[in-house]
Amino acid sequence: MPEKASLLSIYSYLPQTNCGECGEPNCMVFVSKLLERKANPEDCPPLKKPKYKEQMAKLVELLVPPIREVKIGVGEDVVKIGGKEVMYRHELTYHNPTAIAIDVSDLMDDGKIVERCRAVEAFSLVRIGERLRLNMIAVRCASKDPDRFSYVTSLVARSCKLPLILCSFDPKSLRAALEGGQVANRRPLLYAATEENWREVSELAKQYNCPVAVFALNLGSVKSLTKTLKARGIQDMIIDFGTHTEGGLLKESVNNSVMVRRVAVQRGDKDMGYPIMFIPAMVWMGEEVDPVTTSYKEAYIASLFLNRYADLIITHTMEVWSLLPVITLRQNIYTDPRKPVSVDSGLRTIGSPHEKSPVLLTTNFSLTYYTVANDLESAGIDCYLVVLNTEGLAVEVSVAGGQFHPSDIKDIFSSVNMEEKVKHRKLIIPGLAARLKGDIEDSTNWEVIVGPRDSSQIKGFLSKYWG
Amino acid sequence: MKEKETEALTKKLIELVERLGDLEIENVEIKAEELTLILQPVIGAMVQAPQLLPKVEEKALETLLKAEFSPPIEAYPGEVVEVRIGATKSDGGSRRKVVKIGGEKTMPFYSFELLNPNRPAFTMDVFDMPITLAKSVMQHFEDVMQDPADWAKKCVEDFGADIVSLNLVSTDPTIKDVSPKDAAKTVEKVLQAVDAPLVIGGSGNKVKDPLMLEAAAEVASGERCVLNSANVDNDYKRIVSAAKRYGHVVVAFTPMDINNQKKLNRLLLDEGLPKEQIIMDPTTAALGYGLDYTISLMERIKLSGLLGDSDLQMPILSPSSNAWGAREAWMKSEEFGPKEYRGPLWETVTAITTMMAGGDLFMLSHPATVRVLKGLVESLYEEVDVEHVYKPSKKIQDWITDIGV
Ligand code: B12
Ligand code: SF4
Repeated sequence: MPEKASLLSIYSYLPQTNCGECGEPNCMVFVSKLLERKANPEDCPPLKKPKYKEQMAKLVELLVPPIREVKIGVGEDVVKIGGKEVMYRHELTYHNPTAIAIDVSDLMDDGKIVERCRAVEAFSLVRIGERLRLNMIAVRCASKDPDRFSYVTSLVARSCKLPLILCSFDPKSLRAALEGGQVANRRPLLYAATEENWREVSELAKQYNCPVAVFALNLGSVKSLTKTLKARGIQDMIIDFGTHTEGGLLKESVNNSVMVRRVAVQRGDKDMGYPIMFIPAMVWMGEEVDPVTTSYKEAYIASLFLNRYADLIITHTMEVWSLLPVITLRQNIYTDPRKPVSVDSGLRTIGSPHEKSPVLLTTNFSLTYYTVANDLESAGIDCYLVVLNTEGLAVEVSVAGGQFHPSDIKDIFSSVNMEEKVKHRKLIIPGLAARLKGDIEDSTNWEVIVGPRDSSQIKGFLSKYWG
Repeated sequence: MKEKETEALTKKLIELVERLGDLEIENVEIKAEELTLILQPVIGAMVQAPQLLPKVEEKALETLLKAEFSPPIEAYPGEVVEVRIGATKSDGGSRRKVVKIGGEKTMPFYSFELLNPNRPAFTMDVFDMPITLAKSVMQHFEDVMQDPADWAKKCVEDFGADIVSLNLVSTDPTIKDVSPKDAAKTVEKVLQAVDAPLVIGGSGNKVKDPLMLEAAAEVASGERCVLNSANVDNDYKRIVSAAKRYGHVVVAFTPMDINNQKKLNRLLLDEGLPKEQIIMDPTTAALGYGLDYTISLMERIKLSGLLGDSDLQMPILSPSSNAWGAREAWMKSEEFGPKEYRGPLWETVTAITTMMAGGDLFMLSHPATVRVLKGLVESLYEEVDVEHVYKPSKKIQDWITDIGV
């Protein structure tokens, strides 16, 4: 077992002078900051002195997450994956959401390639105030022709800024793409080093300082590869032990993922402490694939592996109905399980409301707020939206749990001078808060109208009940 | 964290402080819960190891370094109990077969460790009156919605449901206020129409449900149905006593809280209902609408059971058809693409996620979800010989060239 990060183990590597240069009153407080990941060892200036060199190195190693954080690409669109520290998300929030790469074949027409790249880059869905995107392009050398691969890689690179994955088991093709395709400076992921080509591929990875995927179906071989590449000076690796999507083999892929993560996180196996990738696009292999059932399958295979430690996936379909659930699942898995995501309470204006516009009430749970705000905006309703602080809880949850306080509405009203903004005295509340109608009326002296249960029905509701 | 460990730590800290003399410790506020967190096996800022690599002469590395991998097997002190649903002739019922769930000795599908004995099972929703369902679900049942017996038959015979969930929503006083006695007749009818076991569900009405479930339990005596559900808001004692008297299983329902689940389980156990007659429903929120809570809830429950918490060692029910409550599943939208595909996929992804998190029995609405989940379970339980794993027939290593354009 590796040494564990604890108050004491961390403390033992600090200068222990309590000099306060880190901005903390003493070393012990700094330790707690390190543990909460609110500080880095570099934030202790004395530790950077030569005499502490060894201690610094040890401390850094102690604090490194068991799964290495690997960066692919450069600049604004850089993709960070890995950095995981636990087996289950209730132990500590997961970091670095699974990166989703869409494949491009070098056998596609140039026009289609450009169009596809632009579509991947432009893809964006806003859910709960968060912009959800596709993150990378995986260029496949399907032609087996280094020149074509190099040409297409450069075409892809010119068509979008997203980080790239160069996919070929032929080192010549990888080199051609890196050099001829002029993408070496974009730090693409090289896919992949195998038991056959590892010498050449690892040379390339070193020469151009690129992250590299290792691929082998057998975990012993995977480990051999990571060990060897590491000894050759390569640090940024990603593990692919094969994405089986059929029959009993699927079980092996699931098992492998759990085993790799477990030895790395719980048993300190550094050779397996790298992000894991899966390729649900595998379902598209073969001649006659039905686009609908295959898009469906790709989505659920991706979801299966998202639930089992996928840090990076390569998929093929661009159908939104198939991508949407996968992206939503990713968002779910990577939210902090310990605190609800909330927005500020207070008054919002939607559109351009005037003195006769409706006043509506909702809660400050992000999911609730953004759902309601989007519904109102897309329906083109001009209104005032009062956002109540329910400690980040949804309507029914806060009503049931007692975080929905009618008296707070009155406070918001008076702090924003609500009575001057509108001439009427009518407040529309969510259908799920119906049972608080009387309480709200008592505390605000406004007439309370119980609205529909789902905010998507507000438009129809208003056209019926609001002149 | 165990008290002893805390004590030891405190002692060490004190020693340390003494050694250091003037270390000011007041500023460090660490509460007990934080300590547990802090002392997790591994913690770290997102720091990257700088060049801490072994200095190996590169030239020397002409051959691959050898490495072994052995599966990291763990043993768990506890296990989940097995719950049997449905009774055959030999057990005093009339079902064709018994569906067994639970009995886990490890986390779901950690089959390198051990293959859990029972596969997840699937039940499909049937209602005792025509109700509004998402169009893409409704289209499969339009011809049978008038008759719950036909509806149940279709689920079992055409769509492969292991179990039928009969939801007696018409008993709700604000809907049709059908009497418990009449509702029980529907139960009898459905029991005659299909030979699969039944889950009997109410309308959610606190007062009516226990009365209805009691009447249903009596007519279904000996069939080992699942009574859905007992919770702290209804007369759970009545439901438990009917389950004991007539030999049924009870769903213990709580909304999203592991401690409340534990408490409710305890209450049912205290009424004398054995663990083997309890299934937990800790709430399944839809994908995008709280599924994150459900994942962690189920994983914590399953882990607690395996680690020996005997109040949490029952199988888990996941009503994944809740996925249809998410607007993405049913709403027409140009942007999101055809809802005929999107809807079932929403349910499928919700169900897969809860299956990986620890669900044992799944309530589903759409036939496609049942088919996909059954196929997946088949795969996850299929025996494969190791040779085959490394030399698969479909050469996945050819994906780079073999995916079309
Ligand atoms: C996720 C969840 C939780 C999460 C909370 C997440 C959060 N941040 O809110 C957790 C696990 C913490 C939780 C806890 C509890 N929960 Co809970 N929870 C849910 C669940 C699964 C989803 C809620 C949700 O996120 N909905 C999505 C949001 C967007 O919906 P919304 O806020 O209502 O907004 C919609 C509408 O209200 C409407 N709307 C919103 N604003 C407006 C404004 C206007 C003007 C209009 C017209 C419409 C409108 O449109 C929105 C979009 O559709 C529901 C069950 C379910 N499937 O609904 C149970 C549920 C709400 N919970 C319930 C309960 C009982 C609880 C607890 C009290 C139980 C307990 N463990 O003790 C606790 C309470 C905790 C507390 N308050 O202190 C019950 C409530 C029963 C009742 N009717 O009283 C439910 C219904 C489950 C059940 N079937 O029993 N819960
Ligand atoms: S700067 Fe370093 S030595 Fe000084 S108090 Fe902070 S942690 Fe201690």
